[in-house]
Amino acid sequence: MTLLEVENLTVSRKGGKALDAVSLQISAGECIGLIGPNGAGKTTLMRAALGLIPSAGHSTLAALSPAARAARVAWLPQSREIAWPVSVAHLVGLGAAARGRGDDHPAVGAAVARMGLGPLAHRRATDLSGGEQARVLIARALAQEAPLLLVDEPIAGLDPAQQIRTMRVLRALADEGRGVMVSLHDLGLAARHCTRLVVMRGGRIVADGRPDAILQPALLAEVFDITACTLATEEGTIFQPLATVAP
Amino acid sequence: MSHGRIMLALSAVVALLFAGSLVTGVADVSPWESLRALVIDDGTPLPLVMREIRLPRAILGVLVGASLGLSGAAMQGLLRNPLAEPGLIGVSGMGALGAVLSIQTGLVGAFALALPTAALAGACLGAVLVFFLAGRGSGTLPLILAGVALSSLAGALTSLALNLSPNPFAASEIVFWMMGSLADRSFEHVAMAAPLMLLGCAALLTTGRSLEALTLGEDAAASMGVDLRRLRLVLVGGVAAAVGAATAVAGAVGFVGLVVPHLLRGAVGGRPARLLPASALGGAALVLAADIAVRLILPGRDLKLGVLMALIGAPVFLHLIWRMRGEP
Amino acid sequence: MTRTFALLLALIAGPAQTAPAAAAQRVVSMNLCTDQLAMLLAAPGQLVSVSPLASDPVSSVMAEQAKAYSANSGLAEDIYLLKPDLVLAGAFTGRATVAMLERLGIPVAIFPPAASIADVRQGMLDMGRALGREPQAEAMVADFDARLSGLASGPGHASRPTAAAYAANGYNPGRSSLSGEIIEAAGFHNLAGDLGMETAGFVPLEALVMADPDLVITGDSYGYTTRAEEILRHPALARLTGGRQPMEDRDWICGLPSVLDAVERLGAARQEVGR
Repeated sequence: MTLLEVENLTVSRKGGKALDAVSLQISAGECIGLIGPNGAGKTTLMRAALGLIPSAGHSTLAALSPAARAARVAWLPQSREIAWPVSVAHLVGLGAAARGRGDDHPAVGAAVARMGLGPLAHRRATDLSGGEQARVLIARALAQEAPLLLVDEPIAGLDPAQQIRTMRVLRALADEGRGVMVSLHDLGLAARHCTRLVVMRGGRIVADGRPDAILQPALLAEVFDITACTLATEEGTIFQPLATVAP
Repeated sequence: MSHGRIMLALSAVVALLFAGSLVTGVADVSPWESLRALVIDDGTPLPLVMREIRLPRAILGVLVGASLGLSGAAMQGLLRNPLAEPGLIGVSGMGALGAVLSIQTGLVGAFALALPTAALAGACLGAVLVFFLAGRGSGTLPLILAGVALSSLAGALTSLALNLSPNPFAASEIVFWMMGSLADRSFEHVAMAAPLMLLGCAALLTTGRSLEALTLGEDAAASMGVDLRRLRLVLVGGVAAAVGAATAVAGAVGFVGLVVPHLLRGAVGGRPARLLPASALGGAALVLAADIAVRLILPGRDLKLGVLMALIGAPVFLHLIWRMRGEP
Repeated sequence: MTRTFALLLALIAGPAQTAPAAAAQRVVSMNLCTDQLAMLLAAPGQLVSVSPLASDPVSSVMAEQAKAYSANSGLAEDIYLLKPDLVLAGAFTGRATVAMLERLGIPVAIFPPAASIADVRQGMLDMGRALGREPQAEAMVADFDARLSGLASGPGHASRPTAAAYAANGYNPGRSSLSGEIIEAAGFHNLAGDLGMETAGFVPLEALVMADPDLVITGDSYGYTTRAEEILRHPALARLTGGRQPMEDRDWICGLPSVLDAVERLGAARQEVGR
């Protein structure tokens, strides 16, 4: 089932295009890693697809009313902003509120349990560690019960254990039948946890496919300016950048 | 404490202070006698004092306080910044400027609600300018800098307008417009300002759900079904009406919208939607209490309400800045 | 306090000390009150300039006469260029301006504001001496005394109704002031004394309403343009049972012979409320 379809999505900005005629489909069960160097247009693609910024072209989500869109997609921006010292339970409940449901909706309890936040439910969200806050915010998105999750750099700034946990949760959600698109810079985690990688550069998609097919030396050198060592193991693909191509 | 109990307790405090405001004054009569004179006209001057002087003052205390407290909470919710306060960021000052200009140009004579409407227009311009200058982010520095610039400009233009007036009393008005006072206001002022204040407060109270979602930032809120453009419109309009009308009758009383949400945020679990009605009641209580205090500290001398509010509010402001230091 | 200060100032820089021996030929006045007194007493051509307020009918009872004189800005530079040999100033005229003029060698006669009817008489004599017009001043004082005694011997002084001055912002000049003495000379009991206002201050509206005086004396000639004057339209004031008598600042602020008009008008108002 297709959860998002964008066609020729273009975002213009002063002196060029932040997004240049991008077309993409996301289906249920996919965990898409959106990768590319800084400024490639990853965040712009997700925000334009959601209709949060003006764009030309077509997106199945952008045309929806804000309320209808909240039922179709949950969006986790990179800034993990929590402005006020609300409780974890209430913050997760905001996801349900986006669907016009109360704090006591079963989806809230399920999301809290799913992210292992039970013991923290009555703590202030602002008092938690970065990793815990990341889990709370994902739980909020889960409580929204949308079939599609767009997640912008969820693992930036987290310790290795939290990074792995976060990626596992996202992958598990995809395995349960939701669609997930996550932007990230860690190609190793992308290779291990994503079912599909979309590579962007200069506002365009330059490659799209299975991780082991994407992370080839030619593309790594051209797009990311690196050489890397790739090792297929029973645990999955192990990927380690080694050096830059240009001095 | 549950939210219902907090609201009940705040309502009780407001009711108590309302009665306290009614029995406070220079006339040396017992509280019981004063309250009796409110309902029974015995032909002495006391019923006149109670009904025409103290009652409108107490009513305006509630309305002005509620308007300022609620506006502070709403603006803080929108800007996600505990320092956003109509007085501090120049919205009240611009409201006062609008009011002064309408008086100086003779516009007040044009139609009944000219004064509060002009104050509303000034406050609206102030709010739009601050939101525009401070940008979308929750950065404290741009907000405070924009506020300082706007407050100074509004204050200077107000002083200029009053100094240019041919009326020798106009220059002494500067203190009133900048510090605010509820002394000797009449029911004419209540009739003039109450509709706009109530309208503004009603508009602000509808923004609760959107402000809740804004806890997660503008992008997340937009994805969660919040129409940001509409929210900003309702909020700026509501703040302008509430603060503008309050300023038109009471001058620019600062710090209410800063102190009240700060004190109540913990009690409502940080939730912006619950903070709105709580801050309205808290603001009413604070202004009533301050207005009683100015009459007790210097009886008959019209100590300005804003002076007392600044004495209470400035330390809170400093405390907030102290806590926020190091943040962008 | 204000009064003590004014008297002190008069002692230090009183007209008697600074007035030149020979009568001044070019006199410039910088203060509304000295403007009007000088216009009444100066010889033709002796007074060359008055303050702009003197020709403002709202502030001055001699606005018409003042138009015959050039108006000065009250700044030292402006005054100096008029080449005066005597400058008349009030006790509260800009201290820096007066000091600058004295530095430039121009004699400045400083007149304290009249705080009583006795001060009005003294002011006339001082002005006469400063301008070298003593006989005219003495004649003016004699007229003043004669008219005052005529007013004071008027009928109905046995009953003294209460009166309270209530100006913009609730300002009251206090019992020991020219206005206070005018109220009493007109046969009223001045409420300012009951309210503990020996000198000028602000009366809370509530206190005025509770005292419920027989006459409230207000002035609001400036029109509805300030909050300060708005209080004069407060419904509680309008519903007081006593009478209202308009009295503008110009009528009783300066120590001029015309303060007797104020006494006369208040006397008529007393007949009215006493009835």
